[in-house]
Amino acid sequence: MNYSSYEIMVVSAARLLKNDDVCFVGIGAPSAACNLAKLTNAPDITLIYESGTIGTAPDVLPLSIGDGELCSTALTTVSGVEMFNYWLQGGRITVGFLGAAQLDRFGNINTTVIGNYEKPKVRLPGGGGAPEIASHSKQVYIIMKQSPRSFVNKIDFFTSYGFGNGYNERSEKGIQTKGPQLLVTDMAIWKPDPTTKEFEVVALNPGVTRDAMQKSVGWPIRYSERLDENTPPTKLELEVLRDLQERTRMAHSKTGNSGQ
Amino acid sequence: MAKFQPLTTAINENLFSGSFVVFEGFTHLIPYAAAHEAIRSGITNLTLARMTPDVIYDQMIGMGMVRKLIFSYAGNPGVGLLRRLRDAVENEWPRPLVIEEHSHAAMANSYEAAASNLPLAILRGYQGAGLKGMNANIKSIECPFTGETLAAVPALRPDVAVIHAQKADSKGNVLVEGIIGVQKQAVLSAKKAIVTVEEIVPELNTHPNACIIPSWAITSISVVPGGAHPSYTQGYYERDNSSYLEWDRISSDRNTFKDWMRKNVLEQGQEAFNERVEHLRD
Repeated sequence: MNYSSYEIMVVSAARLLKNDDVCFVGIGAPSAACNLAKLTNAPDITLIYESGTIGTAPDVLPLSIGDGELCSTALTTVSGVEMFNYWLQGGRITVGFLGAAQLDRFGNINTTVIGNYEKPKVRLPGGGGAPEIASHSKQVYIIMKQSPRSFVNKIDFFTSYGFGNGYNERSEKGIQTKGPQLLVTDMAIWKPDPTTKEFEVVALNPGVTRDAMQKSVGWPIRYSERLDENTPPTKLELEVLRDLQERTRMAHSKTGNSGQ
Repeated sequence: MAKFQPLTTAINENLFSGSFVVFEGFTHLIPYAAAHEAIRSGITNLTLARMTPDVIYDQMIGMGMVRKLIFSYAGNPGVGLLRRLRDAVENEWPRPLVIEEHSHAAMANSYEAAASNLPLAILRGYQGAGLKGMNANIKSIECPFTGETLAAVPALRPDVAVIHAQKADSKGNVLVEGIIGVQKQAVLSAKKAIVTVEEIVPELNTHPNACIIPSWAITSISVVPGGAHPSYTQGYYERDNSSYLEWDRISSDRNTFKDWMRKNVLEQGQEAFNERVEHLRD
């Protein structure tokens, strides 16, 4: 079956999730990957959205982090204070998902500003829960498309900390969690080098060349000595993902009155 | 005890130019009707705080009534950026906006600290994060027992908290259900609290651990069916996702924005909200 680069990205991330994972899910590709995992290889996975919904099982993907569907299908819904203090700071999250406007080779993330903080060229939404998701989740997974605009040599602002300048900087800051352990893109799968902590490519998606890779990334890419080719999505994975997206599209087009 | 009042009276008696106000709600139960009443009242120079300032704060900022914003995520949820807020920060239109930026964890804790009558909140937060260097209200504190360095932020003590909820009983006790965010903390952190509700019922008939705010912790209650639109009220009507998508277009141009505000806010009253949610009711 033919598939898009977005589909292989979501499927690749979903495959790496496990039944005993407790995921702090973000909107967009992370939400698609987590729900696909729940419908395929990890039916007992626990999904948590930062609006306070714990153990949620939405039938369609939410448009916002606080859609009613998340609450009505959740095991329980807790207050914002409880969410961030007990469940996140309390160390209960095994995988925190983050996206980025800008990402560097050490998994540091910017979602705050393009340009200078005081006088930004583009004011972005900011960090929300991300600074503490980055430091309190046992591991951080990043899902995003590669482009020279977002995969940059130097990020404009440290919204969420990954490995700083690499090596042991993270643990020397007193952060005890593992940090970014996986980067899944529309072109490849990346993991941090155990020593330098720089992301290196461990698998290329079928048909992706090193030349195309380098054109989409703003630093000289390192490849693992054991570079694999990523497995294409199966028919089942694609069908489940497409069904989920079709249900989502139908549900969100229902509320058709655009004026307030 | 809470007073049952028309919304216009509740806003005029409690919100003034220069007030520090929070209109809380985490995607769910956002008090749009009350905020629109505040816009119509003509007050200005407000300091606003909210974890997730979304479309309603974008509207208030674009109308020029906000001097300072304290926040942790300023986006249109699931859609993108807030264009009026961007215009204020990037181009000072229609006026400069002072911003004080935190993380969600810190803001939730700063409400909790104020509700608990403490001067500060302590959290293990902002580790390696750039905001620490940009916001003078993010400081470090050493744990006197373990020596660990932790983040400290001041308690958030607004003059007025405004929230929307499902219902009040006839005595003015309010039930908040679903995604409850930090509404209870916000109400208890503020000097005064205004609550809009979908309806008043004789008894709340709920379970012992429900999130109920007692009447004596609330200043004023107004009945506004549909008062959270285009946000939603769990059990009453769904989120109007298409309005959030549409806002991206409306807010992208200053004149389109001003026109829309005139037609849909300035020249309307609270009764419009009930009609807006008619097609979204379960």
